[in-house]
Amino acid sequence: MSPRRWSPGIVLTILAMAVIAVGVPLVVDQFGLLQLTVFAAMCILALSLGFVWGYGGILCFGQSAFFGLGAYTYAVTAINLGESTLATLLAIVVPAVFAALLGYFMFYGRLSDVYLGVITLSVTLIFFNLMNSTAGDAYRVGKARLNGFNGMPSLPTLNMPGDPGRLLDPTETFYLVMALLMIVYVGLHLLLASHFGRVVVAIRENETRCELLGYDVRLHKLLAFTIGGGIAGLAGALFANWGAFVSPNVFSLTMTSQIIIWVIVGGLGTLVGPIIGCLIMQYLATELGSQQLANTNLIFGIIFLAFVLLVPRGIVPSLRRLGARRLGPARAPAPAHE
Amino acid sequence: MDLAAVLILEVLNGVATLVLISVGLAIIFGMMRVINLAHGEFLMLGGYAAIVATNRGVNIWIAMLVVAPLVVGVIGVIAERLIIRVLYGRMIDTLLATWGLSLFFVGIITTIFGNSVAGIGAPLGSVGVGRYNISLYRLVLVGIAAAILVVIFVALRRTRLGLIARATMENPAMAAALGVSPPRVYAATFGVGAALAGLAGGLLAPISGVLPTVGAAYVAKAFITVISGGSAILAGTAAAASLFGSVNQLLTYFTTPVIGEAGLLAAAILLLRVLPHGITGKLFRGSL
Repeated sequence: MSPRRWSPGIVLTILAMAVIAVGVPLVVDQFGLLQLTVFAAMCILALSLGFVWGYGGILCFGQSAFFGLGAYTYAVTAINLGESTLATLLAIVVPAVFAALLGYFMFYGRLSDVYLGVITLSVTLIFFNLMNSTAGDAYRVGKARLNGFNGMPSLPTLNMPGDPGRLLDPTETFYLVMALLMIVYVGLHLLLASHFGRVVVAIRENETRCELLGYDVRLHKLLAFTIGGGIAGLAGALFANWGAFVSPNVFSLTMTSQIIIWVIVGGLGTLVGPIIGCLIMQYLATELGSQQLANTNLIFGIIFLAFVLLVPRGIVPSLRRLGARRLGPARAPAPAHE
Repeated sequence: MDLAAVLILEVLNGVATLVLISVGLAIIFGMMRVINLAHGEFLMLGGYAAIVATNRGVNIWIAMLVVAPLVVGVIGVIAERLIIRVLYGRMIDTLLATWGLSLFFVGIITTIFGNSVAGIGAPLGSVGVGRYNISLYRLVLVGIAAAILVVIFVALRRTRLGLIARATMENPAMAAALGVSPPRVYAATFGVGAALAGLAGGLLAPISGVLPTVGAAYVAKAFITVISGGSAILAGTAAAASLFGSVNQLLTYFTTPVIGEAGLLAAAILLLRVLPHGITGKLFRGSL
């Protein structure tokens, strides 16, 4: 089933996000607000993979490459210009262009799914190694020192467009990130309901048939991949801005596996799933991190394994199925994909 | 002249390292079509096995050549029995499950050994080549890598077990009809692949040291090598390792390690654009 333009679920999700965006700053303290800001930025990242993998069927295991590239682009540009608007825009454009380039080699080389996953994963790991070894004065872009594994501290944070002196305070940043999350969510829904989106989903369902019907499979995949790269880059810029810091860890295996886990836990082929998965796992990671009881990787590995083996559909599609079964066969059977 | 000798040795060494880290994966991926993302962690476990054994007083060669592959081979068989078995034929789910497994291993080793580098000294010392000193151990590694390739080739081509393994991968139903138990062959093959990864991890431990997260550095290179190698697991892996090892080492020598790494990846992506089925998709077809 192809996504409808405004189903009740979508409207409900948007309403919930709006309520959170407006309500949370009224009830939560500064620390909680900062926490939620980074959660929301990560939700954007989760959406990017939810789109590329869940709808495009493109096995991208290197989404953190675009995320990290966005973060570093933001950092380098913001330091050089002392202004964040152009930096944020570039943080979307640069990863998108890189995704297009990488996608060209992969899709036009007609690499199969699995190779795609491995190549994208390798790309991000090599970025990780690269950025780790950029310590020292030799590695600088303009005024910005890359600093290798130490990362780049005290980045300029977001300012009002056109007014570098007027920085956004935490509440405003939260509003902005929530607004961007809603824009990305709604935008992806509209995209999926459009002709382009339907072709992308059709390609996921049956690539050969789409090709025989005359659609350019490679181009559609490339475009979907590029869009996903741009969105991940935006999330990276927001993440770098949130901590005013970026380090090679944005490219690390832990980072990239987190994104995969969010989407697996939430559910493939939904947009709200990755958001929910991201929130659950982020919350869990924060809790585990503060308690020091068990290693985060250990717990994440177990959750990852458990979901792949026991709940391969993820939370949202499984709940949907359950709900559809409860309502009885009179209603239409649960959609296999949405 | 001395420089040339040292440079050739560097290149050989780079090639040998790539062969070592990829050969276990070549068996598991090339023969079984199982994408094992925990491959890097198998190497890491092999490294820890060798280091722990050596520190307990085991001879370093026995630790590297016997203990490491044995430990990791057993872990591999257990993983196959518990997890991989359920997922045969579901390539992407296998990939995800082994990814989960890799996080699990990283977590467990971090909990036990802490997030710090462990290492052992390289045996054998060094020899002089003109004005340069080269580590004898690195030379031996080149020999071991070559020996591993030869042994696998002979085992697959000339022994009954190798024949059974190849036949089962080719056509499990037919093999079963002839009295072979495919599940056992799968478990054994996976175990051998894991053991080879453990062996590589043990052998590389004195050179690069081990860290719970060291697997990530290996797994990317191993996959690039095996995929670029193509369908013939041994010839492909050897060819791709020679190509990428040379690119990496020469670039590293003349510029920086950073550019060496990037060059390796760029070479791989370009190669796959030209030869999507890997080197042996076009050349050396039909070899092993």
